[in-house]
Amino acid sequence: MASSEEPSRANRPPGRGSLYGGLPDAAAPGLAPQLVRFCDELRREGVKLGSAEILDAFGALGEVSWTDREDFREALAATLAKSQEDRRVFELVFDRFFFRAVEAQAIDKGLKEQRFQGGDRIDLDELRQQIQDAIRAGRDGDMADLARLAVAALGGQGETSGVIGVDVQRIRRTLDLRQQAGGNEPGEEQLDRDNIRRFEAHLRRELERALIHRTESLPPAKPLAEYDRALPGGPLQDLAQVHRVVAQLKRRLATSGHEQRGRRRSRVVDVRRTMRASLETGGVPLRLRFRPKRPRRPEIYVLCDVSTSVTSASVFFLSVLHALHDAFRKLRSFAFVERIDEVTEIFERERTFQAVSQKIAREAGVADVSGYTDYGRVWMEFLERVSDDLDPRSTVIVLGDARTNGREPHAPIFGLVAAHAGRTFWLNPEPKLYWNYGDSVMAAYAPYCDGVFECWTTKQLEQFVNVIAGSPEVV
Amino acid sequence: MPAGSNDTSPASLEEVREGLAGAGYLPSESATLVSYLAHRLGKPVLVEGPAGVGKTELAKALSRYTGRRLVRLQCYEGLDEAKALYEWNYRKQLLRIQTESAGTGWQDVQEDIFSEEFLMARPLLQAISVHEPVVLLIDEIDKTDQEFEAMLLEVLSDFQISIPELGVVEATTQPLVLLTSNNTRELTEALKRRCLYLWLDYPDAERELEIVQLHVPELSETLMRKLIEIVHMVRGLDLKKPPSIAESIDWARALVLLGAGDIDKSMFERTMSIIVKHRTDLDVVAERVGVRLENGLLGRAEQS
Repeated sequence: MASSEEPSRANRPPGRGSLYGGLPDAAAPGLAPQLVRFCDELRREGVKLGSAEILDAFGALGEVSWTDREDFREALAATLAKSQEDRRVFELVFDRFFFRAVEAQAIDKGLKEQRFQGGDRIDLDELRQQIQDAIRAGRDGDMADLARLAVAALGGQGETSGVIGVDVQRIRRTLDLRQQAGGNEPGEEQLDRDNIRRFEAHLRRELERALIHRTESLPPAKPLAEYDRALPGGPLQDLAQVHRVVAQLKRRLATSGHEQRGRRRSRVVDVRRTMRASLETGGVPLRLRFRPKRPRRPEIYVLCDVSTSVTSASVFFLSVLHALHDAFRKLRSFAFVERIDEVTEIFERERTFQAVSQKIAREAGVADVSGYTDYGRVWMEFLERVSDDLDPRSTVIVLGDARTNGREPHAPIFGLVAAHAGRTFWLNPEPKLYWNYGDSVMAAYAPYCDGVFECWTTKQLEQFVNVIAGSPEVV
Repeated sequence: MPAGSNDTSPASLEEVREGLAGAGYLPSESATLVSYLAHRLGKPVLVEGPAGVGKTELAKALSRYTGRRLVRLQCYEGLDEAKALYEWNYRKQLLRIQTESAGTGWQDVQEDIFSEEFLMARPLLQAISVHEPVVLLIDEIDKTDQEFEAMLLEVLSDFQISIPELGVVEATTQPLVLLTSNNTRELTEALKRRCLYLWLDYPDAERELEIVQLHVPELSETLMRKLIEIVHMVRGLDLKKPPSIAESIDWARALVLLGAGDIDKSMFERTMSIIVKHRTDLDVVAERVGVRLENGLLGRAEQS
């Protein structure tokens, strides 16, 4: 259908293969153009690929057998996807690309398979049981076959909504697939989350295939959803991610201090060690020995908002705090809502994240009456407590949304805190768009900070790390 | 040394798999394929993954399998050219100058002291200048600074090292290069572009069982299953340091030494310090796993 209307390949903007449905225009035959198109699609999904990688991919394909799907895939992955995140995107794009390529060929050649017609004769309970067994055992091949049956039984013409996502959820509900709740209780009917997701992927593919066969055209290619693209994992893995970023922060802080700051200028020759080293060279001091430079011990004060307006973010912030505690010895942390309280001890005593958040909720006297954040009061109390300890070597990091609930922000007092400390950073869990909107007074505090960052994902946390560590490349 | 120790690159994936298994390493599918490609394409491999999944071990196994010598460069913060590439042997140069008779001109001496005789080859130069091909392992590349990475580029893409006083030393043989990283910092694009990428993860229970079996054949099957099950459960907890494969093997060895007939609560508490190495982790694990052992929720295979 649309193929005849489409402009010729040459003057079509690249990367719009089949945006409006229909059949993709016939590419030059052979693997090479297909592979280049595949790489193009990877690039569009944000994988950084140079021609060097593509050449490598060709080289690698020359060495493995193309008939083995796994080898083929692994060879491409080893040369094209150079990090775990890229690998994840690669898997998704690989499946989508070759699925579409096959279907396009099938339509092109007029191939059609016989759809299973006896959908209404399938015993649903039996099917449900089998699917649950397959998911529990994680047998991929069975899941694919059963997904086919399920679509035949439940995805009949009359019932389809036409939207694949809706159909997948409908079938899933009918099949009664519940995923494992976060805890460890050994429930009977609960299934592994990842396996359910795999089964859903099979369902989705079968539904797509059915749709393609009905309409004889490929649906428009959609970019990957953010949700799919993220690495699978629950909060625990997020926690691990935060730990990783913070470990990075520590390394950066530790190395940046004496690597860049004119180490040649301020180095002091250690005469004794130089003389000793010169013995090797017959008393000629060929190599100078320097006094080791005392590493800068950053003293960090973290203030974390735990009020209700940042509930969703405070879990993230607490895990940041938690990770910071593991990494830095000279760290004092404070939690605040209406008042501020030092929670350093809680972090030192408690190991698990859950215990820490519970303890903070229970023990720290941070909420007074209303439970709304009062930044002005918090600054005053904070200054009173620690002004003697703050010195130009200390860093203050505030984690909060700067929403004062209409109360006096007392920005000059915050300015005093910032003036006492060497560096002050503010991490705001809200998107920049919402700053200074409503009761947010970010602008009042921003001038006193050395840096203000929006921070609600580990990726942004990583950016923050890069910036304050003065790394040249901002990832 | 395996019988087939030779330098011809392997002809098939099967060959690599068997070779590595013969060297005491059971590779995953992707590890096999990437090792094979590294051989065939002569490209360095960047191996990433959590600590203790056998990244370094893969390099060692490759060296055993191919019969090549392993040249290892352990990276750390502040590692520089003098320790990684080459260094002039000042002492020897000085002696050379001192023993020189007064009559020789500076020109002669200069040409003399900047020759290969006075060069101390560090791992990277060693790896490319030896006559027999080697396996070069650059361990924990993420611990070095970015400047060092830049320096590696010349070695990794062209297998050559420029020494200002001598000229360019080109590789006589192609080393098999593995770089490992614990992912503590993002490596530069330039380095990644030159490498094949391999992500190693903890193996699934079946494969880990095979691995432990390979190393500790004395342990009974049921006990081993229980052990692997516990290790996998411990990895699922939020720990500072999850147990590595090497630690599962150590634990299996310890159980054999102690003559343990079963992993019950007391046996577990006495030996768990082998797999868990942080005091705070110990508490978490003792509590979570101990309860399960008491209730008999683990090792059901044993009773049946």
